[in-house]
Amino acid sequence: MVGVPAALHIALVWIPALLTVVLSFAEWDNLAPLTDIRAVGWRNYWFIFTVFEGDLFAALFNNFVLIFWLGICSAVGMLFAYLLDKNIRGARFYQSVYYFPVVLSLAVVGFIWKSTMFSRDRGLLNTLWPGEPIDFVGDGTKIFSFNLPFLDPALGLSKNFAALLVAMAWRHIGYIMVMYLAGLKAVDPALREAAAIDGCNEWQAFRKVVFPSLKPITVIVVVITAIEALRAYDIIAALNEPRGTDVMGTLVTKSLLGEGGGRVGFGSAYGVIMLLLCLGFIIWYVINHYRETAP
Amino acid sequence: MSDTVSDTVVDTATMKRPAEAASVPHPQPPQPSSTRRFGVTPMRIALHAFLIVMALAWLLPVGTAFYNSFRYYEADTQPNGAFSWPETLTLDNYRDAWNVGEMASTFGNTAFIVVPSLLLTLLLAAIVAYACTRYSWRFNIAFLVLFTAGNLMPQQVLFQPLFQFFKRTPWPDLLSDTDTGSLLGTKIAVILIHVAFQVGFCTFVLSNYMKTIPKEIDEAAAVDGAGVWRRFFTIILPLSRPALAALGTLEFTWLYNDFFWGAVLLNRGSERPITSSIAVLNGQYASDFNLIAAASIMIALPTMVVYLILQKQFISGLTLGASKG
Repeated sequence: MVGVPAALHIALVWIPALLTVVLSFAEWDNLAPLTDIRAVGWRNYWFIFTVFEGDLFAALFNNFVLIFWLGICSAVGMLFAYLLDKNIRGARFYQSVYYFPVVLSLAVVGFIWKSTMFSRDRGLLNTLWPGEPIDFVGDGTKIFSFNLPFLDPALGLSKNFAALLVAMAWRHIGYIMVMYLAGLKAVDPALREAAAIDGCNEWQAFRKVVFPSLKPITVIVVVITAIEALRAYDIIAALNEPRGTDVMGTLVTKSLLGEGGGRVGFGSAYGVIMLLLCLGFIIWYVINHYRETAP
Repeated sequence: MSDTVSDTVVDTATMKRPAEAASVPHPQPPQPSSTRRFGVTPMRIALHAFLIVMALAWLLPVGTAFYNSFRYYEADTQPNGAFSWPETLTLDNYRDAWNVGEMASTFGNTAFIVVPSLLLTLLLAAIVAYACTRYSWRFNIAFLVLFTAGNLMPQQVLFQPLFQFFKRTPWPDLLSDTDTGSLLGTKIAVILIHVAFQVGFCTFVLSNYMKTIPKEIDEAAAVDGAGVWRRFFTIILPLSRPALAALGTLEFTWLYNDFFWGAVLLNRGSERPITSSIAVLNGQYASDFNLIAAASIMIALPTMVVYLILQKQFISGLTLGASKG
């Protein structure tokens, strides 16, 4: 009986992941029969790193911006948790308010923000934006960009992706805040008292005493943040993948399902790159967890 | 392994004691002393001001969406602005979004997917967690590693082989409402992948929880002659109720909010769950922002209600997984 979930998990998660690695070295139109699969060695990778380098690096850049950005949001979430942990009146209320976007699907978050914040005529972001009104969903022009010597199109952050970052922050901060709140509650008050007696000011006490004792939570938060950023997909796909907002997740599904369709080799190669980026974090997390529980 | 489990239980029990003992000599509880120390200082006021401003900012998108979902877009919101006094209040946006988005049937699809997925996931996860924590066999750590790591895998990486697997698995049309003759495009395929994916996280959380149930309870029942299944259903499951409740609420929102699998595995729009079908509205009514707001509010409603009612379970579910980090 124990075997059933394990077999299901292996059959539907691990084996497909391995098959994707295999398919990334093959050429195949997914409408053709299985016998048409042809091994092509590293050719798919060679293609996506040369011919489609513009797509690949633009998506990778967006993913890295997202990691960096959600990392900042995690720090803000930690700050919120720290402030709410100060025994203040109404902490429960604030906690509920900051946390509630987490229960919404990212697709719905995208739509709520689209309907109220992003629109050119009446969007609230445009009332804050100093310049000409911007269509924050459609405008793919870059806020800043830079050239890499080996890459033809310039890399940069498009306006619509920046707008999506704000919407994602709205959801991410509350999530991280709740994780840290639980961690802070578990910090032994005697430690803080000892730090106060030793003459630590608030910042010193946080840096030297509280933060180190939150390390297990921090490991989880780092992993969650990075993985969330690397597999971002929903909010972009729900808004019909506007130009300039491509990430690795949309590149994979585009080459597998898109109009050209059937480029299984390319799609799988994109997928493997995505997997490799996640793998480091996954391994770090698993090692960290089991070093403590393993005999 | 079995020894280390009971060791950790004892350890945490003894670890807590000194802290409790340390707090005994202070007769006054910490709450009044800390409020006296901070009092109504300027710092305290600034802190509250900051938190209130932030709370308002957090509510702004949903609040505006909610308010404007009752107004006409072209006749009212567009010329007068999102914060103006309404010319008329209307439920038309809700009616139109409900009809155009075929929400009656897509909500039904969601229920058809979420309920079986949730029940199956929790049951299977509880069984594995029980086996992992109660029986010292060599592979349990390996299993948990497998589940934990698998749960963090990006979905896009699994998609193509799964798609092919479902496409090539024959499935009688009688048991589904498609006519492809395969699992592809059926809700059963989505349920299967949900269970396979979520069972990992749930096993992980439940095994952490079950480790804290003293082994002696289980052993005493065994001595009294209760079989494995009897012990599982009459002792372990009821004792794990807090963890199951927490996981249940959390998993409900995760399954309900799933976008990816519904969008890629259910190629026919009418089969899709509610979250994936919202893209249809976006295509047809791209410029009627108030209609989109009404649709978003309706889709958000079930998870919001669950969150408001079961907030405690919800948050403890999130932190259960983290507590043992």
